[in-house]
Amino acid sequence: MTQASGPMIEISGLSKTFTLHNQNAAQIPVMAGGSLSVAAGECVGLIGQSGAGKSTLMRMIYGNYLAASGQIVVAGVNVAQAEPRQIIRLRRETLGYVSQFLRVVPRVPTVDVVAEPLLVLGVAADVARARAESLLARLNIPQRLWSLSPTTFSGGEQQRVNIARGFAHGYPVLLLDEPTASLDATNREVVLTLIEEAKARGAAIVGIFHDEGARNRVCDRVVDVTGFTPKAAA
Amino acid sequence: MMGQLAITPMAQDVPLLQVDGVTKRYGQRIGCADVSFDLFPGEVLGIVGESGSGKSTLLSCLAGHLRPDLGRVMFDTAQGPKDTLTMSETERRRLMRTDWAYVHQNPRDGLRMGVSAGGNVGERLMAVGARHYGSIRDSATDWLTRVEISAERIDDRPSAFSGGMQQRLQIARNLVTGPRLVFMDEPTGGLDVSVQARLLDLLRGLVRDMGLSAIIVTHDLAVVRLLADRLMVMKSGRVVEQGLTDQVLDDPQHAYTQLLVSSVLQV
Repeated sequence: MTQASGPMIEISGLSKTFTLHNQNAAQIPVMAGGSLSVAAGECVGLIGQSGAGKSTLMRMIYGNYLAASGQIVVAGVNVAQAEPRQIIRLRRETLGYVSQFLRVVPRVPTVDVVAEPLLVLGVAADVARARAESLLARLNIPQRLWSLSPTTFSGGEQQRVNIARGFAHGYPVLLLDEPTASLDATNREVVLTLIEEAKARGAAIVGIFHDEGARNRVCDRVVDVTGFTPKAAA
Repeated sequence: MMGQLAITPMAQDVPLLQVDGVTKRYGQRIGCADVSFDLFPGEVLGIVGESGSGKSTLLSCLAGHLRPDLGRVMFDTAQGPKDTLTMSETERRRLMRTDWAYVHQNPRDGLRMGVSAGGNVGERLMAVGARHYGSIRDSATDWLTRVEISAERIDDRPSAFSGGMQQRLQIARNLVTGPRLVFMDEPTGGLDVSVQARLLDLLRGLVRDMGLSAIIVTHDLAVVRLLADRLMVMKSGRVVEQGLTDQVLDDPQHAYTQLLVSSVLQV
């Protein structure tokens, strides 16, 4: 399914405008001429001021925001044009996303939240659980919390649960939105090591890191999204 | 590292349900108009809209409870795709007992209140030909456990159950025959929030483990975000927007969807 050669992410001519129908149909152009190419095993950091469109670009790659025009080819699938079920399949097998927010069904135990991406792939429950537990242990989530829902956890704990979930399956393409944001030095180190391991196994990664040290360590290069900000219109 | 993990093959790329131009009028008034979509195996489709948007009318048309004026509802039967609107009554009834299931908002509409919990589950098995008392009872016990109802309650009537338990019993009754498509009308409707969460978790697990396809009508955007892969937004009987659930909720294109999404109270 995934391509052995060529970039894993190939974006060109990407634009995006929000139309706020209930606010006098205001048109807000947020991106024009966006382009990006990420190879397997490469990590690209998105930079630019707050509001420049880093998260918007990431959400478009994930298919969470619609593109107005242009192409977003991820492992051979043009997300900008694909049918929902193609994107669902891409997300299940190929494209992982660690957002800044943990969204789960309340009362589901943490270990099951982390194992879920493997369960939907048909991985045996015991194998999925073992993998989830090893990630939770690596990320220093105390074992007594594994059977509890993460909805009551602290911000930092929720973030680590989210990271464990994002790394449970070895996605060939990973999007990371501030993965080290509110972590202490120990856990930051664990996350950076996880990212390095993912790169070593060939994952193509796009990340947003405000933490400059983290960015310098794992990113092979950076792309300033300010270059994709619509000029005069804004 | 992850190479040894077995990945199940993708279900066939044949739609389980093909809906084409379904229209239902009540006299001059439109119930639903010109609704078309494909549903693939394993997909969960959410249908949202306010009261009177036509979502329940549409569900009734799809599930064979209401006869649409126009359109086709093709289901991929063992003999290939068949229009469920033109098939014989016997054929359609058989489909409703085997491949289809319908979970009502009010469990009282989907359960037989005067029959024991075990009987409610076993009855559907008997309707498809099961005759051996012991194995019917074993299946019933197994299903009660799967929906988190203690096996000790098997001889109790649903009237002695809480609302959440009744809803879980209705789900067990529906799923015991291993349907491929489940219609749900506000399945978490009149339940407490804590009970809703439990039901959502249960439904998610069942959909995943059984590879079910489901169509869920609800007005609750939080429910569809957690359960549905795809979302259809209805207004005045028509589909105004459809797409990936999180895309429709996070980047709504239509004025009505934008209003709907921005009207939800944040907790």
